[in-house]
Amino acid sequence: MDYAGVVVLEILYMIAFLALISAGLAIVFGMMRVINLAHGEFVMLGGYTTIACSKAGMDVYFAMLVVAPVVVAAVGLLVERLIIRWLYGRIIDTMLATWGLSLLLVGLVTLIFGTSAVSVPAPIPGYQLGSYQMGGYNLFIIGITVLLLIGMWVVLRFTRAGLIARGAMQGPDVVAALGYDPGKVYMVTFTVGAALSGLAGGVLAPLTGLLPSSGGAYIAKAFITVITGGAAVIAGTLSSAVIFCVINQLVSFASTPVIGEIAMLALAIILLRLMPQGITGRFFRSGT
Amino acid sequence: MSGVVETLDLTMRFGGVVAVDHVNFSLRERELRCLIGPNGAGKSTFFKCVTGQYRLGHENGRVLVRGSEVTGWPTHEIVRLGVGIKTQVPSVMNGLTVHENLWLAARRVHGWAGSNGAVEETMSELQLHALSRRLVGELAHGQRQMVEIGLVLVQRPWLVLLDEPAAGMTGPEVERLAGVIRRINQTASLIVVDHDMEFVRMLGSNVTVFYQGAVLLEGPADRVLNDARVREVYIGNRAA
Amino acid sequence: MSDWRSTGKMQWGWFLIALAVLVLLPLVFDTYTMSLLLVWALFAMSLGLMWGYAGLLSFGHAAYFGLGAYTYAIAAVNIGESSVPLLLAILVPALFAAVVGAMMFYGRISDVYMGVITLVVTLILFNFMSATAGDAYKLGDARLGGFNGIPGFPTLNVPGYPQMSLAGVPTYYICVVALLGCYLLSRWILARSFGRLLVGIRENEARCELMGYNVPALKTAVFTLSAAMAGLAGSLFANWAEIVTPSVFSLRQTAEVLIWVLVGGLGTLLGPILGAMVLGAVKLYLGEQTVIDNSLVLGLLLIIVVLGVRRGVVPTLQSWWVARARRRARKPGARRRLGSASDRPA
Repeated sequence: MDYAGVVVLEILYMIAFLALISAGLAIVFGMMRVINLAHGEFVMLGGYTTIACSKAGMDVYFAMLVVAPVVVAAVGLLVERLIIRWLYGRIIDTMLATWGLSLLLVGLVTLIFGTSAVSVPAPIPGYQLGSYQMGGYNLFIIGITVLLLIGMWVVLRFTRAGLIARGAMQGPDVVAALGYDPGKVYMVTFTVGAALSGLAGGVLAPLTGLLPSSGGAYIAKAFITVITGGAAVIAGTLSSAVIFCVINQLVSFASTPVIGEIAMLALAIILLRLMPQGITGRFFRSGT
Repeated sequence: MSGVVETLDLTMRFGGVVAVDHVNFSLRERELRCLIGPNGAGKSTFFKCVTGQYRLGHENGRVLVRGSEVTGWPTHEIVRLGVGIKTQVPSVMNGLTVHENLWLAARRVHGWAGSNGAVEETMSELQLHALSRRLVGELAHGQRQMVEIGLVLVQRPWLVLLDEPAAGMTGPEVERLAGVIRRINQTASLIVVDHDMEFVRMLGSNVTVFYQGAVLLEGPADRVLNDARVREVYIGNRAA
Repeated sequence: MSDWRSTGKMQWGWFLIALAVLVLLPLVFDTYTMSLLLVWALFAMSLGLMWGYAGLLSFGHAAYFGLGAYTYAIAAVNIGESSVPLLLAILVPALFAAVVGAMMFYGRISDVYMGVITLVVTLILFNFMSATAGDAYKLGDARLGGFNGIPGFPTLNVPGYPQMSLAGVPTYYICVVALLGCYLLSRWILARSFGRLLVGIRENEARCELMGYNVPALKTAVFTLSAAMAGLAGSLFANWAEIVTPSVFSLRQTAEVLIWVLVGGLGTLLGPILGAMVLGAVKLYLGEQTVIDNSLVLGLLLIIVVLGVRRGVVPTLQSWWVARARRRARKPGARRRLGSASDRPA
């Protein structure tokens, strides 16, 4: 019974992890059809910000929930104005430019922080579930992710900003027809996406030692989660996260974690080949 | 006795909309047929079913070209039978010159040695010589359409399918096009889909009228274009 | 303009000069670094052929480079001699690419998804190879070695004589032959119908299908050829490094070759070659100091090229050269020398 609890919590945690790191990318991809390959580095920046602030004496929760998103949002705004803005509609060029950006950010962070790992301890202690020792912080991550997804859903469904955003998903002419400047809408969207990435990075910072190259691990998973999920931001991310994590766990259980990872990646290829519009392009068409 | 093109019970659905409704169509050898009908009548969908641009399954009916079953064939295999296709949306290679575009089309049929000659012939027929070295992307819309017709012709097809060939052409260009089509008809069968009534009148062939996914009327142009039902279906169209 | 500018023309003069320079190089310079630059040049050229001419952008071309390296190492350990491993290092990546390519192209996926799938394939290989530590992971006598890779395999030797090693300067010459050979092969292909068709596919795939060409088959063919050349480059890299590790599959490696091709010039064969050699040399130089980080420079370069000089260095220089020649031709007196119709503005 306890073991079942452990497994369920493990899966929930993995889904939350995947959804958390993908949220920012999903917003940007779903709303603007922009593939930001520097997304992993945004997450990484959120982590570094949190760790640096925490080491400077700031409360770690404040650092991860407030400062990290704000800082990375500022970076995102800069990036949007200087780079992304010129490349709308040019998907491949955007991918190339943001790949360059990711290299640039890795280089900058290496310059500032050096190449050795930095870390911060998890602020929530472990607990006992039956005879198993569990990480308490994982529950926090699950909780934050749930809150985040609910928050996103509420904003998209019930606020005017959400309506504009959903209009933007259909295309810039819809936005203009609603009376808003598409350029501004996209600028705000990208910034919000960056903020979410920063939040993810901040929240995940206490997990392991952070390196300038950590972004690389995040981008691959987030990327395939978002693209396989399809255009619908929340439904897409959630459904592909669930599918991937379940398959990963099942295969890992049957063999090794590495094979589980590989199975997940292979599944991504199969899904993309069969459903190029992503899961939500095929099945759920409500838009959120 | 099957004709050059034959469709049996051809049906195409998009979600709940029946765009082509169990159409039985037949084109005889060396015939020139125009397909007309108001917007949304299904003529372009029909066209795309015949050309393989929509991949057909068992539930879509059958398409036969010169007796061979081509239902479900990909476009390039249908073309290889000797069919020339010009689509509704202009599709040429903008970054290459007129000559280069035509050469690529010619190459498959005429081989390395014969291609230049075939290209020259087609350029003379369509009066494209002056534009030979121009990038297609820089040409006017009507000229690009002409180049696309050239791409079809240079392969010397025995069946030619044209979707809105006159779109965007100037008056003199349309007349030239009508002449070209009549010349093609001397050696090949043709299906021409178009909106332009003047153009259809110019061609003076048999006409099939589509309406709501089915064939409304078929017959010689002057009879069909003056039919009351056809005019009704086109209410609002100034040319009817 | 003259016909088929887009596939380029063989410039024998320059080629022979380059050949002479490369042949005589060992007299003046140490060949160790140069061999690596040549290997990278071949790798970049293979991507440039596929991307620049057929319009196929792979975000994971390192997969075939790495497969070539690993195939060589594994085969060499098992066979003990270098000729068959070298051959296998070309065939295995090609076969792999044929399968992946066919799956992608016959499925008619868009170029964005091609980017994603090729990226994921490389990730799979990277993850897999990194995790193969321990004795359980062996192919014949070769332990895959996980993160640490496969060290100490037999390097190139005279065919049939395993004791007669070709290390050092002879390997350099083999790299020269590989690069120039593949260059000539590519030039030949581009001058043929196949090459012109590739350009047609890049310009308008749908139109090529309407002309009756089997586009998926053509794309798979060029993808396979490109992978074969990358595999060759990879096997030569293995010989140069004398060890293969999973880093050959890294995203870093794939990003670098992409930048070399883009900066050097998409749409030419020379561009990727020069891009790889120059930027590769810069990378090696930067690697020796810590002030300026290599990632930073590459990243900045990529951003600048995508935003600004999108065509890359070589095509930009080429058009600048042509424009200059045209300006000279407009001066009176020079007009008689350039008289053909193709030089008159269209």
